[in-house]
Amino acid sequence: MAHDHNVNPNAPLEYQSEAGRLNITGFWTFLGAEIALFSTLFASYFALQSRVGDGPTSIEMFEAGLVMIMTMLLLTSSFTCGLAIHEMRANNVKGVIGWMIITLILGAGFIGYELYEFVHYVHEGVTLGTSAHWSMFFILLGTHGLHVSIGIGWIILLLIQLARRGLTPKTASKVFISSLYWHFLDVVWIFIFTCVYLMGMVN
Amino acid sequence: MSQQTKKGHFPWKHIIGFLISIALTLVAFATALWTDWSSTTIFIIILIFAVIQAALQLVMFMHMTEGEDGGLISGNTLFGFFIAIVIIVGTYWLMTSGHMHMGMSM
Repeated sequence: MAHDHNVNPNAPLEYQSEAGRLNITGFWTFLGAEIALFSTLFASYFALQSRVGDGPTSIEMFEAGLVMIMTMLLLTSSFTCGLAIHEMRANNVKGVIGWMIITLILGAGFIGYELYEFVHYVHEGVTLGTSAHWSMFFILLGTHGLHVSIGIGWIILLLIQLARRGLTPKTASKVFISSLYWHFLDVVWIFIFTCVYLMGMVN
Repeated sequence: MSQQTKKGHFPWKHIIGFLISIALTLVAFATALWTDWSSTTIFIIILIFAVIQAALQLVMFMHMTEGEDGGLISGNTLFGFFIAIVIIVGTYWLMTSGHMHMGMSM
């Protein structure tokens, strides 16, 4: 750790180097921009929600069971990701990798169900071009799903690096940042679940 | 050593946060699907549940308020949510309140 000048040994590992601490703060700024990005998609969804044209409405297409499975998968993955960071603060690198792999499996399950849902809708004749309502549904959900997919790829690369280099202030801040990203995607999902799915299934 | 680096500390905070999140999800689900309240009432109730759950994730899982920059990060994130509310409510109001008909022939 000779290259880290401002080491604070009482802080968790990811905050110990100046660079790690600033990267975490910088990533929160990026998440602020992500909030703005998703807000524009939610705004468009709300504005076009009633424009179903000749196509079906949400209530005709949504399946409560599928939505609950997806929600529970992502919520549990957010929890196991939190446990990975908890293990990181106990300086247990195997615990971090183990919980992160479980997180990724749950995330992959979520993506699997989302793809199944999209393919199912397309088979039923509901596509991006069916109506303004379904255009915004696919764009909002697709943007979120793309984020989750990118997160899976990113965390796999981080875990390879973590296995090679072990826990250092540098790898710890990277893992912590990826956990922020993952939890943030669950925060976005809470609002998709509430505003798109639950409200879509209310009569 | 600080308590955060202590080994074997049981993750109570995460487990409590997780259980509350599951409870809020299930209650929101039941409110939306199994009540016959008006959709506005349901929307307000489940939106409150969503905001509580999001706050829980930010504070308990993402440790938003901790660290040297906790205040800065919290302020930045709250400002992000403020911008989000302005964009969403503003767009919805503009697109649905009749302004769209201005300048149109009908």
